[in-house]
Amino acid sequence: MVATLPSRVRANAGPAAARRRRSPWAVLRENVVWGVAVLALIYLLLPNLVVVLFSFNKPNGRFNYTWQRFSLDAWLHPCAAPGMCESLGLSLKIGVVATIVSTLLGTMIAFALARYRFRGRTGSNLLIFLPMATPEVVMGSSLLTLFVSMGIPLGRTTILIAHIMFCLSYVVVTVKARIAGLDPRLEQAAADLYANEWQTFRRITLPLVAPGIAAGALLAFSLSFDDYIVTNFNASNASITFPMYVWGAAARGTPVQINVIGTAMFVLAVLAVALGQLAGRRRSR
Amino acid sequence: MTATSAAPAARSRRRIAGLPYLLLLPGMLWLGVFFVVPMVFLLSQSLQTGTLETGYRLTFHFATYSDSLAQFSRQFVRSFEYAFLATVLALLISYPLAYAIALKSGRWKPVLLVVVVAPFFTSFLLRTLAWQTILNSDGLVMKFFRGTHLIELTSALGWTNGSQLLSSPLAVVTGLTYNFLPFMTLPLFASLDRLDPRLLEAAGDLYATPLTAFRRVTLPISMPGVVAGTLLTFIPAAGDYINSQLLGNPQTAMIGQVIEGYFLRINDYPTAAALSFALMFTILVLVSVYVRKSGTEELV
Amino acid sequence: MAGAARADNSGDLVLSSLTKRFGAFTAVDDVDLRIPQGSFFALLGPSGCGKTTTLRMVAGLEQPTAGEVRIGAHDITYDKPYRRPVNTVFQSYALFPHLSVRENVAFGLKRRRSSQVDKLVADVLELTELQALAARKPGQLSGGQQQRVALARAIVNKPAVLLLDEPLGALDLKLRRQMQVELKRIQTEVGLTFVHVTHDQEEAMTMADTIAVMNAGRIEQLGAPAELYENPATTFTANFLGQSNLIRATVRDRQPDSATVALPSGTLRVPASRLPAGIDDVWVGVRPEKISVESEPTGPSGASNRIAGLVVTDASFMGVSTQYLVRTPWGQELMVFEQNRGRAAIHRPGDKVSLSFSAEHTFALDAGQDVEAGIDLDETPS
Repeated sequence: MVATLPSRVRANAGPAAARRRRSPWAVLRENVVWGVAVLALIYLLLPNLVVVLFSFNKPNGRFNYTWQRFSLDAWLHPCAAPGMCESLGLSLKIGVVATIVSTLLGTMIAFALARYRFRGRTGSNLLIFLPMATPEVVMGSSLLTLFVSMGIPLGRTTILIAHIMFCLSYVVVTVKARIAGLDPRLEQAAADLYANEWQTFRRITLPLVAPGIAAGALLAFSLSFDDYIVTNFNASNASITFPMYVWGAAARGTPVQINVIGTAMFVLAVLAVALGQLAGRRRSR
Repeated sequence: MTATSAAPAARSRRRIAGLPYLLLLPGMLWLGVFFVVPMVFLLSQSLQTGTLETGYRLTFHFATYSDSLAQFSRQFVRSFEYAFLATVLALLISYPLAYAIALKSGRWKPVLLVVVVAPFFTSFLLRTLAWQTILNSDGLVMKFFRGTHLIELTSALGWTNGSQLLSSPLAVVTGLTYNFLPFMTLPLFASLDRLDPRLLEAAGDLYATPLTAFRRVTLPISMPGVVAGTLLTFIPAAGDYINSQLLGNPQTAMIGQVIEGYFLRINDYPTAAALSFALMFTILVLVSVYVRKSGTEELV
Repeated sequence: MAGAARADNSGDLVLSSLTKRFGAFTAVDDVDLRIPQGSFFALLGPSGCGKTTTLRMVAGLEQPTAGEVRIGAHDITYDKPYRRPVNTVFQSYALFPHLSVRENVAFGLKRRRSSQVDKLVADVLELTELQALAARKPGQLSGGQQQRVALARAIVNKPAVLLLDEPLGALDLKLRRQMQVELKRIQTEVGLTFVHVTHDQEEAMTMADTIAVMNAGRIEQLGAPAELYENPATTFTANFLGQSNLIRATVRDRQPDSATVALPSGTLRVPASRLPAGIDDVWVGVRPEKISVESEPTGPSGASNRIAGLVVTDASFMGVSTQYLVRTPWGQELMVFEQNRGRAAIHRPGDKVSLSFSAEHTFALDAGQDVEAGIDLDETPS
């Protein structure tokens, strides 16, 4: 069967011919994706770099927006800004408790949804999805109306309740994805090898799902620690979290110390991720 | 035969009856009490009249909705405009990024993923404040805009006002897009990561140009990621007010600011609740229309 | 739990009227089997015939719709998998990725609180030649090594019955042949009952003492490999095991020791023992390798059966043998495999030939059976 190849194919025949023909237009076209990607990465990281950079600034006025000169003052006196370290402490405490509770409840839900068929499964899935699809303004304000109507005083407890609520869905989604990726034949093999249901769960299922649970917990913590809008609706003047402090600072005056905290968080997180990667690599060796 | 099969069947299903329900109960109860019930309270509050001092009574005063929406229609519409802009921009910026990471990064894939998520490691308020530094009147970006006379162009378009980049719609949309970029990138990446590069080779083998291969192979396969990403970006962006407050001016106010103000400062709960509920309802309608059109049922 | 498992180390595996239905679809249809203790038994059939479902019911991973599974005197039909003295080597191996080879192998022993874990594990690692890999994780092993770990993990528990679900499917040809020999050796050495599920008829015939051919949820035929091969009882077995030529014929004359059957042209003799009783419309069958090809005109021959007047339509030289396709006077194409003894010249397409074979190699089957059954099902799945 002798067919005539389309002219495009004939023209592009041979790698040597292709190399000779590369016009600047072709080079641009091949690299446009990476070009835009790099620009996007710059766009993404620029504010982070600014935060880090300006933690070493010594501003003239109350605000830390223009570079004056290099100084380690803020790093040496991280708690010099009044009220900041207290707010940091509160954020950490709430973060830890919210993480523990939401991870526990969320993991249980994830197992129920991923493993069992029961009536109300679709409804449950929907209820899990809804908080992720609701703007924070709506969630925060609705909780406010609940607390006010029930006469519950605003403060640390109400903040904690709100945080657990919106972290749940994210934990469920993360853990559920991990469970779904688990080969069911591994549990069948365990049963075949004399492990009853509890032993199978403890020795096979749980260790294999653990990375997903850890990821969910990490996500919950970062969501809780970084939350402003929902927290603001459900807090009182006595319970200032770190984001609330920063927001107030944006109006009052931004101490350099908030950049120090921001940088420290960033470095810690990067270290944690790097350690996690290394640990994962060593485990598989 | 039937007698023996009935009893052992019950014996073999010896697991705790209703185990899934037991597992679901605590978490679902929490969501029910602290998510669903507050929504009901919000709806009810929006139909009440009164003040914080004299107390509220449920009077089914539907006029609250029409009044508040009429009063704040500009902010309401503007929120969706900005959210839409931010979503489209985020999509245009994220797609090449996600594509590069998923298909062209080889060994660097895990590192790049960490880089995309890295911004989350610093408080988002701090990062948004950093934009004030970046777009400052004395900053490099401003100097660039002045030098190339771009500032005059954007002012003519109404994107900036006067001679500064801050306190303008441009700054607000920049901040919005920036804040939600990872939310768009990660689902896109997850979708594109599943694309088998050999499909593109096959397309090329069948006389498709790179552009055609993208249109007919890559784009359709990445659609679930596009849908997920746009939802995860649009929904929170519509209700956001941080960017507008920090980077904008009173003319860029979004509905979130109004709601916050009316709840926490003016204490006019019915109006605020009505606006809040209207926002939620509009988003739900838009989302369900969008999801049905793009055909992805299982989002969770 | 552990005690019950050890006591049941004796006894045949018996399946009685075992049935499994998935909604309207019957996967396993009223199967009766007795598998003698200590034998190497193969369950052979194409994909979808129900062999894996049967295996899973023995393992306890599926619940039967009806019927019983017994080992010796014990009815284990509805026992949980971890209460049965049965272990499985899974098709995908199902090795625990987060445990080392040693931990994988020791898993079953530890659950049963065995007091000799280390010694038993060491012994079986030696048996399967895995000592050097004991500390590695499954992700660091090759396919063949993983397969051996799966095997070691199962046999270390000395179960009453060891089930193997197409364990060699993922291995390349050379490794597969090696493992077939290995498995047979290990089975003989350890003396456990092996039930091997496979679609590969060569594998089944090589390794098993007894084969059950399964088709669409039923057992077609049960017997030793040679018996099944030389005396197929159904067209399915005739076509699925090796290949057969099946010719439509009518029984003309029944004698005490043989019968004459009439082909569309010519007659053949079939031994009485190979005729279905009381049926006159039959498929007459003979295997391709049993036939000799002679150029026409032919002299007298000692062979008892002969078909004359055929034309060669295709000849493929395969090295060891030559495969011929010959067309009969009535238009049917028959297959012949002639061993390459280096003596006779190879016939070419267009040659006029006749086929001869002995009556002892001829069999007859009920013409009511589907002549296409079992053909082209012996494919290696991807």
